[in-house]
Amino acid sequence: MKILVCISHVPDTTSKIAFTDNNTKFDTSGVQFVIGPYDDYALARAVELKASHGASVTVLNVGEASTEPTIRKALAIGADEAIRVNAFPSDSHFVASQIAEVAKQGSYDLILMGRESIDFNGGMVHGMVAEMLGMPSVSPVMRLDIEGDLAKMSREIEGGHEEVEVKLPFVAGCQEPIAEWKIPNMRGIMSARTKPLNVLEPVEVGEFSVVENYELPPAKGEVRMVDADNVEELVRLLKEEAKVL
Amino acid sequence: MSVLVFIESSEGEIRKSSLEAVSYAAALDRGEVIALAIGEAEESALAKAGISGASRVLHAKDEQLKEDNIMAYASVVAEAMEKENAEILVLAKSSLGDAVASRVAIKSNAALASNVVELPDFSAGFKVKRGIYTGKAFVNVDLKAEKKILAIKKNAVPLKEDGAPCAVDAFASTVNEADFALKITGVEKAEGEILLPEAEIVVSGGRGMKGPENWHILEDLAKSLGAATGCSKPVSDMEWRPHHEHVGQTGIKVSPNLYIAVGISGAIQHLAGVNSSKCLVVINKDPEAPFFKAADYGIVGDAFEIVPKLTAAIKALNA
Ligand SMILES: Cc1cc2nc3c(=O)[nH]c(=O)nc-3n(C[C@H](O)[C@H](O)[C@H](O)COP(=O)(O)OP(=O)(O)OC[C@H]3O[C@@H](n4cnc5c(N)ncnc54)[C@H](O)[C@@H]3O)c2cc1C
Repeated sequence: MKILVCISHVPDTTSKIAFTDNNTKFDTSGVQFVIGPYDDYALARAVELKASHGASVTVLNVGEASTEPTIRKALAIGADEAIRVNAFPSDSHFVASQIAEVAKQGSYDLILMGRESIDFNGGMVHGMVAEMLGMPSVSPVMRLDIEGDLAKMSREIEGGHEEVEVKLPFVAGCQEPIAEWKIPNMRGIMSARTKPLNVLEPVEVGEFSVVENYELPPAKGEVRMVDADNVEELVRLLKEEAKVL
Repeated sequence: MSVLVFIESSEGEIRKSSLEAVSYAAALDRGEVIALAIGEAEESALAKAGISGASRVLHAKDEQLKEDNIMAYASVVAEAMEKENAEILVLAKSSLGDAVASRVAIKSNAALASNVVELPDFSAGFKVKRGIYTGKAFVNVDLKAEKKILAIKKNAVPLKEDGAPCAVDAFASTVNEADFALKITGVEKAEGEILLPEAEIVVSGGRGMKGPENWHILEDLAKSLGAATGCSKPVSDMEWRPHHEHVGQTGIKVSPNLYIAVGISGAIQHLAGVNSSKCLVVINKDPEAPFFKAADYGIVGDAFEIVPKLTAAIKALNA
């Protein structure tokens, strides 16, 4: 079984978000980049399937050279090889087109990624890739088991979950609790240095969206503290001041 | 030209977020607003899309569409866009909406913007504002393709309620057997509960609640407010609460009018899921809990004393 895991390279969840160049560029100063947390779940499940089903795991990132430390981390966690498509991931259409192209070349049985990236939060890439490849897509997936050529999954819906079955190959957008995040060990880190990381040039894609500029939300006002012995006052404030009751 | 709105229902009624999407489509003022419902639903319930501005509802009710099959639904939506000559598809951001919209974008060669929070600016191009970095920022993007898909963030755009129920017409869609490669073998869903992502008020508990046996305190408060219940990640990790109640960066992102956080420290990853709430109330025994910095109202004290008192005060207000 060949598994392709698509990872995004995103600011750590504790990052302070700021912009430069007249609000047209993300300010990377002091920002630590990580594998997208949802993609990290997908990777963790792929590594588990590698152990249980003897699969091979390829990680794929669409990004510029600065993403390579993030890709090496994925190799350290347990992927066998990596591909970087050398381009800035400008929008979901562009990224999906690059992934679909790599997927066509590699004929993977399973294409996993996070349900969404935590920078642009579109949550659209998995469905786009699947449609481009004419494959089924399932997202957000909370459980994934493979039995022969059949995948059994649990997909989260509002207020519950749905059990889904599909034959390989297909595309899944993953989320917890599909697997536990894996921390690379020393041996993993050492071996990641010599695992293959192939760099491909992007295919051309038409323009679907162009970023004009970024904005930050308005600053939050001061918190108003209410005495613990006076919850009636809180109720009054919620009704009369905040007008939410 | 027209604007198509894919609408979803829960417990027999169109979801509020879908009505927001219909309202948004009407406010676009880019032609007739046509709603599309797929699967089982009562006509009288679907007709209410008219109240939010739809001129008619298309209902695809083929037996095979009873379950929300992502692939089949995407085919129906793309077919309706084509038949109705729709320039724009609008839908509420949801578990199903995202999965369907992404496939339709490719089928219809449309530009897609997700998490849209405002009406577009048509003065030069088609510029939409959407939330990014999990509520920590926004981006203005210009959509370039002829067709556009806009997935609207919940509780971000005004709800129109002054229209009249409209006609509901059957939509005969082409059944594409290949779409049924995806098989839904079971559904488990809480009945009669307010859906967390749709709720106007959310009562949420963290590790400070000490254990699942104490959740009735929060459930009583939620009931008195007509609220949904949520929780922090450790709470769902420890299985005190089901996963679909987990709020935050890696869970559900909520944007209710009121979010009441009880015994939650306010880690940045939790805040990422609640930062678009209109009003945040924090109850925590630690005056230094980081959540207070993000809150509108706060009470320092023991949740086990404060929450029952709050429930009583709400009940007194409602009485
Ligand atoms: C990549 C990543 C993603 C994450 N995603 C999420 C996410 O999506 N959602 C999420 O919630 N977390 C997420 N986390 C975890 C997050 O960092 C915190 O660990 C978590 O939110 C803490 O949960 P908590 O506030 O319930 O528990 P704690 O931090 O343990 O806080 C418990 C609070 O309860 C208070 N308390 C205790 N007893 C009482 C009492 N009797 N009355 C009143 N207050 C009391 C304490 O003062 C304390 O503030 C993520 C972490 C990482 C690294």
